[in-house]
Amino acid sequence: MATTPPKPERPISPHLGHYRMGPHMLTSIVHRITGDGLAIVGGLLFTWWLASLAAGKESYEYFLSWFTGPGWSVLGYIVGVGLTFSLFQHMMSGIRHFVLDTGAGYELKTNKTGSILTFVGSILLTILFWGILLKDVILGVAK
Amino acid sequence: MGDGTELGRVRGLGSAQEGAHHWWRQRVTAGSNLFFLAWFMISLTRLGGFDYGSVHNWIASAWVAVPLILLVISTCWHARLGLQVLIEDYQDDEGRVIWLLIAEYFLAIIAVTAIFAILKAALVTTAVAAAA
Repeated sequence: MATTPPKPERPISPHLGHYRMGPHMLTSIVHRITGDGLAIVGGLLFTWWLASLAAGKESYEYFLSWFTGPGWSVLGYIVGVGLTFSLFQHMMSGIRHFVLDTGAGYELKTNKTGSILTFVGSILLTILFWGILLKDVILGVAK
Repeated sequence: MGDGTELGRVRGLGSAQEGAHHWWRQRVTAGSNLFFLAWFMISLTRLGGFDYGSVHNWIASAWVAVPLILLVISTCWHARLGLQVLIEDYQDDEGRVIWLLIAEYFLAIIAVTAIFAILKAALVTTAVAAAA
């Protein structure tokens, strides 16, 4: 009867603590956090938004009151900007993954530049998105 | 069968030709997410307001309701695959099965609720408009 051979000591691959944090590592971690954040928080809020719309004017206004009412608009901006930044960052980082999937962009410099660009892109898109939404408010203040 | 080494004992017990399925579905839905979410974010900037009337009128169009339903299917599928990876990476014991089931049910409920809400909002508006 064969017995299971004793487990040999296997080398352990160096994990997070062994590396210095660089843009590539940050992009990877942020991709996971934004993705799972969008899946849970984004999924719940998006569905609440649609369900309240379907339920009628009163429900919809109750939903809005959580994010726009007096004293609540701060929460609206935190959640709103947080979710849109997460979406754009996950999107930019996802496009980077498509490029990496083709086998391109693994040279150290290119890889680092690519991961920095995901943040440049997502921050610019977030500013652009909220700039358009708040156009009247911003122009009103400027006047 | 194998020769008793760890590699030998797992050979042939592997992917059952489905190893790349998760990976591939994640890419397919990522592609459609990119398309639908770009459309969705641009639509939001062109909405002109988030009051009940504006959003209701917007969703009543088939050109909005249909892509929005496709967006829900694509993103929920992608989210389910993503949460699966998260759970598999950090939950090592038997609790993993429970968390995987919770993720599965959670996104099924989210998807069906969102799709029903889109249809109801879109079709009820049409019905009111037709009656008027």
